[in-house]
Amino acid sequence: MISLTSPVETWAHGWRAGAKLGALCLATMGLFVLNSVPGQGAAFAVMLALYAAPGAVFFRSGIVRLRILWPFLLVILLWHLVTATPAEGAEIALRLVTAVGLANLVTMTTRLSDMIGVVRWLAAPLRRIGIQTRALELGIALVIRFTPMLAAKGAALSRAWRARSPRRPGWRIVLPFTLIAIDDAEHVAEALKARGGI
Amino acid sequence: MERNIALIALFAALIAALGIIPAVMLPFGVPITAQSLGVMLCGTVLGAKRGALAVLLFLLLVCLGLPLLSGGKGGLGVLVGPTGGFVIGFPVAAFVAGFVTERWRNAPLALSAGVAAAVGGVVLYAFGIVGMAIVLDKTLAQAALLVTAFIPGDAIKAVIAGLVTSALYRARPRAVLSRARPAA
Repeated sequence: MISLTSPVETWAHGWRAGAKLGALCLATMGLFVLNSVPGQGAAFAVMLALYAAPGAVFFRSGIVRLRILWPFLLVILLWHLVTATPAEGAEIALRLVTAVGLANLVTMTTRLSDMIGVVRWLAAPLRRIGIQTRALELGIALVIRFTPMLAAKGAALSRAWRARSPRRPGWRIVLPFTLIAIDDAEHVAEALKARGGI
Repeated sequence: MERNIALIALFAALIAALGIIPAVMLPFGVPITAQSLGVMLCGTVLGAKRGALAVLLFLLLVCLGLPLLSGGKGGLGVLVGPTGGFVIGFPVAAFVAGFVTERWRNAPLALSAGVAAAVGGVVLYAFGIVGMAIVLDKTLAQAALLVTAFIPGDAIKAVIAGLVTSALYRARPRAVLSRARPAA
């Protein structure tokens, strides 16, 4: 499965994932406390500079990921034009883009294995008081393994539908799809038990 | 134990896969993905606890940076985005939908699961509206206005969740944990 980590190696790829997540929490809280347009503008500029530092390829792929925000920016723009509060609108829009941009930046520069390492670290206190966290790790592995497989089976179902009907496969496909998931789960459970269980 | 983990993991994968499958189109052009339908099914099929765990597992992987949300979205950015409230509300909605399905046993499953999914949907909107109000700095009423376009789609999805849960119960009664005997 392809994760959202950027293939462009940056200096931030080497930093500790936990430190990056902690810094992100602080930065996001800061953005929500900061109530000035120049302040938000400066934060936005810093965010853009962080994206630009590793080069053009990284910058472009980062900006593409922020594009999904445009309907909300449009709503904010229209709203604050109608209510004649452009400064407030600019502040909200800048904060939104900067907060999402910084969070995506952490995702883009942190490998999946490092992120799973943070989860293991966070779960360590649970292990110390005797709670099994193996189930959680197994669950993560199973989802990563089975999502592309289920998606492929769903696509096959949808093609089978199209081969037989002139109409689009709508919600009716959800039932056989869920049945496939349940049957796969039963097989996986038996296979896990056969290999000695958890 | 193995069976519970496998069902939880496969339903988490099902939510992700439903985000990839073509979206249902409403008559007036609002696209709805089947992803939140998957969240409701986790609750109505697996029950409150396991349903919520399946959704939490799905969200954990989204936060870790896998592009599992509909449209290939993922990563930590979705939590602080305008729709972050909906994402955070997903596991709570699944829990509530599962809770209602488990408790309300003296009605046809299609009805109780459908109503359960609708109640879960109301909880989901409560989270979503609060999240949008915070991120876009609007009042709750203004934020609620922004999401009204999606309510018909989610009402339809609640009905579908009820029908699918009931059909699953006929096809695989043992797997519908929300209705299975407590000893099972």
